[in-house]
Amino acid sequence: MAHFTKATSIHDWLNQRLAVDKVEKVLATEYWIPKNINFLWAMGMILAVTFGLLLISGIFLLMYYKPDTKLAFDSVNYTIMSQVGYGWLWRHVHAVAASVVFLIIYIHMFTAIYYGSYKKGREMIWISGMLLFVTFSAEAFSGYMLPWGQMSYWAGMVITNIFSMGSLNLNGLVEWIRGGYVPGDAYLTRFFMLHVVLLPLVIMALIVFHFAALRIPHVNNQDGEEIDFEEESAKYLAGSTRQSKVIRFQFDFLSKDILVLGFFFIFFFYLVFYHFEFAMDPVNFDPANGLKTPTHIYPEWYFLWSYEILRPFPKNPGLIAFGFAQVIFFLLPFLDRSPNAVPAGRRGIFKVWFWLLLINMVALTILGKLPPVGIYTTYGTIAAYFFIGLWIALPIVTKLEKPIGGK
Amino acid sequence: MAVKKERRDFLGLALGGFTTLGGIAVLGAAKRTWDPLPSVKSAGFTTIDVSGAQPNVLNVEKWRGKPIFILKKTADMKKDDRDIIVGKDRFLICIGLCTHLGCIPSYYPKQLKFICACHGGQFDTAGRVLKSPPPIPLYIPPFKVEGTKVVLGEAGETFKKMEAAGLTV
Repeated sequence: MAHFTKATSIHDWLNQRLAVDKVEKVLATEYWIPKNINFLWAMGMILAVTFGLLLISGIFLLMYYKPDTKLAFDSVNYTIMSQVGYGWLWRHVHAVAASVVFLIIYIHMFTAIYYGSYKKGREMIWISGMLLFVTFSAEAFSGYMLPWGQMSYWAGMVITNIFSMGSLNLNGLVEWIRGGYVPGDAYLTRFFMLHVVLLPLVIMALIVFHFAALRIPHVNNQDGEEIDFEEESAKYLAGSTRQSKVIRFQFDFLSKDILVLGFFFIFFFYLVFYHFEFAMDPVNFDPANGLKTPTHIYPEWYFLWSYEILRPFPKNPGLIAFGFAQVIFFLLPFLDRSPNAVPAGRRGIFKVWFWLLLINMVALTILGKLPPVGIYTTYGTIAAYFFIGLWIALPIVTKLEKPIGGK
Repeated sequence: MAVKKERRDFLGLALGGFTTLGGIAVLGAAKRTWDPLPSVKSAGFTTIDVSGAQPNVLNVEKWRGKPIFILKKTADMKKDDRDIIVGKDRFLICIGLCTHLGCIPSYYPKQLKFICACHGGQFDTAGRVLKSPPPIPLYIPPFKVEGTKVVLGEAGETFKKMEAAGLTV
């Protein structure tokens, strides 16, 4: 049976009941981070903070938003924007953060790919991260429905139609998802539910899972060096902090994180106050109209690359290619057949593969924004085939790679 | 402490079985909750009078929240099995949503074609595909001709024949 003594202080009282000292050690002061890392390792913290910004701004928007097809558009564009004190601030923070969070996710992902942080015991970190990416995508899409403008409606129409699965013509499934023949009131309300309750809960659970997946393999470092965390942390605790290859998370690494976060905030709030319009499509300032398609439908910038993989093909192959693009990143740890977990720069042909993938995805993003006419269709088709080709080539390229000895 | 294993097994199986049954029932209820409401389903009939239509001018009506294209054909437009005869005139009557992903194509009367701005699909005046990605022609909704009026949502004789001949998709 647990034995409690008379507490000597509030801290001691809490410590006897909640083991706060132990929790602090495990989660923060004795959570070890390698020294040889750079600013790219701060992206995780930036993502956590941006998620916090989305949550806080979302809570304020929720107080005036009305999930009803007759009221939604005005509740956002009139009530929140011109009646509610600082309503514009929450909306612009929410919209800019929703866009910028994907920029940081992509940097975070490509950092992991470059430094091989998805292999040698770090596979579950990668997979949980990809689950977060998919859930964030669903969260962004469902949120995009809420202002009920033209882009909301037509994006909803196009994306839900994907579930008819091409020639399988599963129209019943599409109508079930929508709760109607076309996106309507039932549709808006259920996507509102997904956006403000179900998906945020899933995201928070996945964030915990992502952190948990990190505990045993620890954070990677920019040399791909295998560090004995027990030995190095013992050195640190014994006082040889200079000789140790690791530092404490709190406050050693956290101070680096906060520095990078400071620079991020300058960029972020510059966008919020001076260039919020990049996250606000002008077409979406027209109320939803089921009898008029906007002349050019395109998703937000962060979905353009996968949209461009869907677009140049006929319907069924297009859907297959799109499905391929959605799942293939999950398989990265298993398609990379090389034993080397070192930066791409030291991996020969994989270095070329990495940069080609990055360039290809930027090209797909640019082409996705351009109208599907003339030469752009040709370029789009080439880029889409190139993307698929890169992933088919990956197991071969990495199989041929020579194992690198030592560290 | 001795525990009869068979008894534990029985309890586990019974608990697991009933929990599974309950879970399936909940999923069934959840599925039904997301079904379109009866009011949405029943508001599905629209009557349109086409006597005032001008040749080669596209009229867009609304049925079940979807745009319906009604195009009266001129005498020199080529005949097609998908033409719908109302009175003396030939019409194209179809759902105005691209069969690719559901955008509304625009009609270009001079070129005699529908062009979809989303992914570049094209259809002729019979709603047949001229250029992919759309895999199939524009859908012809269930209809019934009554004099100069067309009732959408109700399958008449002509529609049933067309459907049997595979002309409505």
